[in-house]
Amino acid sequence: MTHRLKPSQYAVLIAIMLTASVGDSLLARGMAQVGHVDVHHLSLLWQALFNPFVDAGIVLLIGFFACYTTALSWADLSFVMPATAFGYVVIALLGKFWLHEQLSLSRWLGIALIVCAVGFVANGPARTEHGEQEHPKLDPMDAGAGR
Amino acid sequence: MPLPLHSTEMLKVWTVIAFVAALAVAGEVLIASGMRDLGDLDHIRVRVGLPGTIRAVLSTPKFVIGALCMAFNFFSMLFALSIADLSLAGPAIASLTYIGNAVAAKFVLGEAVDQRRWLAALCVCIGVVLLSR
Repeated sequence: MTHRLKPSQYAVLIAIMLTASVGDSLLARGMAQVGHVDVHHLSLLWQALFNPFVDAGIVLLIGFFACYTTALSWADLSFVMPATAFGYVVIALLGKFWLHEQLSLSRWLGIALIVCAVGFVANGPARTEHGEQEHPKLDPMDAGAGR
Repeated sequence: MPLPLHSTEMLKVWTVIAFVAALAVAGEVLIASGMRDLGDLDHIRVRVGLPGTIRAVLSTPKFVIGALCMAFNFFSMLFALSIADLSLAGPAIASLTYIGNAVAAKFVLGEAVDQRRWLAALCVCIGVVLLSR
């Protein structure tokens, strides 16, 4: 466990935290505008695709999945997990400072615990080395493709 | 002897919660394993460009099966929320998923989950429960 991250890789982890939380918030806001969807009103799902908040939320969540997949290619799952959890903190802080919601003591405690969790792993090694080849599954025929 | 109605309902709710969490763990572990097999995507992108990288990821079977698990997890989450309160199902699924991921990371992926990472997983679990109150 000696692998350390580059600044660009920390940027990917920050993108994971922000895209998941802001994407979820945008989806929630958009779906609140669209209305309650049930089996008798499935056409509302089609209408939801034309809601700008839903569209922005979907774009951010696709970005989240791309960043998450990228992070898992150079970091352990148990290293990336707390970063995804930090999204809950971002949502709570958005509620506090953007929507002026009151945060209870238990929520502040929850925020503190998740921040501690991120701190515990962030300074440690990101990757368990198993002595594998660097790119064992990459087809050599792909070299140069897409340039 | 049949369980009382309340107990059977709670059993059903917790079975669904455990199933949703297990799907999330399976999806994340498969994706993590697939990405580990594939190698650092930043290096691959330098060598074959973005389209080649996307093609390499999408042709990784573990990634595809993991993504399907995550998609199935999303719809089963909707079902869980239809039979259980969000205040119970949300934090319960999230906490079980974090603990399940830590256990699977150690015993399935062979990651070096040291005391620091166990402590982080525990803090995240308790933190998620406190945030949802």
